[in-house]
Amino acid sequence: MGALQSLPGQAEYCDLTAKTGFSFEQIGVLRKRFKQLSHNEETLRRDHFNEIHDLTFNPIRAQIIEAFFDRRNFHEDGQGKVREIGFEEFVVVMSHFRPPSLHMTEEQREKIRKEKLRFLFNMHDTDNNGTITLEEYRHVVEELLSRSGTLEKETAKSIADAAMLEVASISVGHMEPDEFYEGITFEHFLKLLNGFEIESRMTIRF
Amino acid sequence: MDLIVIGRAGTLLFICTILNLLLCSGGEIHSTTTAATIWPPVKPDRPQAYPEKEKSNLPLFTMNYSRIQIPFEIALWMLLASFAKIGFNVYHKITIWVPESCLLISIGLIVGGIMHAVKEEPPAVFTSSIFFLYMLPPIVLDSGYFMPTRPFFENIGTVLFFAVVGTLWNSIGIGIFLFAICQIPAFGLQDIDLPENLLFSAIISAVDPVAVLNVFEDVAVNEQLYIVVFGECLFSDAVTVVLYNMFSFVVELPVTEPVDVAFGVLRFFVVGLGGMGVGILFGFVAAFNTRFTFKVREIEPLIILMYSYLAYLVAELFAISSVMAIVTCALTMKYYVEENVSQHSCTTIRRVVKMLSSISETLLFFFLGVVTITTKHEWNWSYILFTLLFAFLWRSVGVLVLTQIINPFRTIPFNKKDQFGLAYGGLRGAISFALAFTLPDNIGRRQLFITATIAIILFTVFIQGISIRPLIEVINVRRTNRDTETINVEIHSRLMEHTVAGIEDLCGHWNHFYWKDKFMKFNNRILRKILIRDSRAESSIVALYKKLELQNAMEILDTVSGDIRFAPSIISHHETKKRSTKPHKKLLAADLKNMREILSKNMYKIRERTVAYRGKHALPNDSQTREILIRRHASIRRSLQSGSFQSMHLITTLLFFSPPIPDDHETKSEFAYPSQRSRFGKPTHSTSRAMMPMHRLGTLKEVPSTDVLNEQSSSTGQRVFRTHSSYSDSRVPHSHHLNSSFDNSSADNLRNGHGEADAEQEARRQPSSPLPAWAAEPRDNTARNPLLRRPQWNPSKK
Repeated sequence: MGALQSLPGQAEYCDLTAKTGFSFEQIGVLRKRFKQLSHNEETLRRDHFNEIHDLTFNPIRAQIIEAFFDRRNFHEDGQGKVREIGFEEFVVVMSHFRPPSLHMTEEQREKIRKEKLRFLFNMHDTDNNGTITLEEYRHVVEELLSRSGTLEKETAKSIADAAMLEVASISVGHMEPDEFYEGITFEHFLKLLNGFEIESRMTIRF
Repeated sequence: MDLIVIGRAGTLLFICTILNLLLCSGGEIHSTTTAATIWPPVKPDRPQAYPEKEKSNLPLFTMNYSRIQIPFEIALWMLLASFAKIGFNVYHKITIWVPESCLLISIGLIVGGIMHAVKEEPPAVFTSSIFFLYMLPPIVLDSGYFMPTRPFFENIGTVLFFAVVGTLWNSIGIGIFLFAICQIPAFGLQDIDLPENLLFSAIISAVDPVAVLNVFEDVAVNEQLYIVVFGECLFSDAVTVVLYNMFSFVVELPVTEPVDVAFGVLRFFVVGLGGMGVGILFGFVAAFNTRFTFKVREIEPLIILMYSYLAYLVAELFAISSVMAIVTCALTMKYYVEENVSQHSCTTIRRVVKMLSSISETLLFFFLGVVTITTKHEWNWSYILFTLLFAFLWRSVGVLVLTQIINPFRTIPFNKKDQFGLAYGGLRGAISFALAFTLPDNIGRRQLFITATIAIILFTVFIQGISIRPLIEVINVRRTNRDTETINVEIHSRLMEHTVAGIEDLCGHWNHFYWKDKFMKFNNRILRKILIRDSRAESSIVALYKKLELQNAMEILDTVSGDIRFAPSIISHHETKKRSTKPHKKLLAADLKNMREILSKNMYKIRERTVAYRGKHALPNDSQTREILIRRHASIRRSLQSGSFQSMHLITTLLFFSPPIPDDHETKSEFAYPSQRSRFGKPTHSTSRAMMPMHRLGTLKEVPSTDVLNEQSSSTGQRVFRTHSSYSDSRVPHSHHLNSSFDNSSADNLRNGHGEADAEQEARRQPSSPLPAWAAEPRDNTARNPLLRRPQWNPSKK
């Protein structure tokens, strides 16, 4: 990091810092990385991500990559996917992983927590309809367990089913015999991961 | 009932003590400060076997106590300590409020009092050699072997920082302040000069892990805090021993020169790094050795233990840190060894290590109590009080300052409550005690130091030990919520880890994960090839199972048409009854745990998953293979009895039943080991169950996949269908087994395979009409799942 040299486009970085909460140095680092990934182009596309060697072993790499191209993560109330992203969107998506600093109020913490949970939610909810259905959840669980190679799909399915049941029981409580559990909405999701210390776990030191 | 048991235990304890004392005093050799000789001189008044003139008949009954005296007494002391331990755990409430170490010390005090009253010498345990050579290694080996590696290495910076810098800070600070106090003429301490003070303060700044970890486990503090305290204690032992040696050397010198100080610092590095080097070397040699032991499985535990012990001794030989040596040896060794040795050896090693360390600890605290009473004390109010004050003060200040320094470097900074836990958890213990006793005699105020050390140990262990638990609960230190995890949380925590790992890869971060990855790659390419035996077939119990299962399935298939009923074996009935009477809650916990274990053990491991550290006294929960086999047979028999299976379900039947509910202690505490073990077919908890009581969700209809179910629906029998999986690296076909109910009329039914949700639903629906059966997912991929609202079979509800 070191001393802040004259970064190109420093003015726009002020916006970015305000928007995302990163510091100048961090944005500088991210800029370098962006350039590296995109081979000095202006935008990143999916195939750029596919080139990252270390990601190949990650079972949920598809979801991670998609998360970058998902408009809902851009904090702009958009929906749907884009084909390529610029540096700003890159930073915005990265900002989901910022650690909460020590001097934060409860509200800010809550906000950050919600953001992170929203990010996760979007990762699950691939069809953008605002709920995680069983199929989507199953898909995620399968992906998670896929690389181990030892479990069959049935197990993943049953685990996903059990998990959905839990959500159902936690969030909806008692259900009528004929009710059908549509899917996990964001509120249910929040409730589900209530005790979960996502602020500390979903962070990267930049 | 409790009281009776306590009474019994107490009497037993008392009797044992008396016995011990009688024998000790009846023995003809008194223990001296060195280990007693093996061959005691024969007392003249014993009848000699002279061939005398008068006829002496062959003695019918002789007694030769002196011959067995030493081992006998050792064994008795061990038993006594164990009785004490048993006694405490009888009445559980005591151990909640008073940590075990306190109790042991108290019993030791009592016994010491008795011994003092009968003017008996305590056994000479606290010579430096016995302590350091025999009692300390098992304890440290236990810490090293069961150290959760991932959190440890993640926090290693913090740990080292606290251990090294913290201990230095403490000892130097306390030493200087005490020296200042000694200058005050009123206290009459002027003969203690600075090096002696420093020596003393080095002794008492050694933090002892045992007592504080007991408390932390019980209170279930968050993992970070636990690891830091744990690691700090471990390393501070090493640092303290170095400091002690250094200062005792300095004490001898008439004049201290700067060169000596410089050498001291250098020596510190030599000691630390040397210890680690020796440990790693021995670890690798041991791992390499186990590669070839597949023919002689019985001696595998011995090899492991001996190598660790040798590492310790070799380090002692060179006067480098033996604690570090044995810890690093255990750390290095464990990973490779657990892949090479057989399942039985693995269990044996773990159990033996636990047992040895438990005995050592118990004895240690016990003798602390005894020796407290029986040594000659020199009491000086001012010195001791100031020692206590400064120790506490410096620790708190030290923790505060050090956390301020290190917090910016941590991902999860310590908040004030954690800091309080850290500061208050600085209990002193056995190491200080042993070091105090090994003070050279030429220090004038040796007795004073010993007394002061004992005082501070007792103070911290009793006062801080007893009060830390309520304090932590009151100030609500961040806990691990290990018992309240749901599957979702587990899934999401894995998800998060992978996401974070992925994003880090994206960022191309060169943080400590980078080095870890590099090491892992090196490990995979080179080390594993050398140190791990390739063929794993013999230890792959799962392969064996698969064979058995398939055989059995084939047999059954061959005979199914003939509707052969197997006679219900005693086992199956027994199993049934046993299972059917199990209370709900335990089953749920077990199921959830199984699911969690599957999740935790099967997530891919570019970054090692979080090892849920369950506690120091826990052994990892291995499955019980025999139970699996028994249950499996039972279920097949049962299903055959009722003649209720469909061939399509059984064609690829592979059953792994859940292990039985482990006993309480292990239920609460469990290790999730790295999945490398699972890959090699160690039979671990390898079941998952489809939790399918979906009635409430409306779509699960009864599954009368067999005719017999209808017959039996009169009983409120739950048919539970379990999905089983096994994980091994062989491609085990995974299928389901229809386990229908049985014809016994036990009202409680086989309620396996329920999740939490199920239980609630069941419980609520219990008063209602007979429950329908649950459907499992058949292998034919028709997803019969309530959540998808696709009823497959026609219900025949009753």
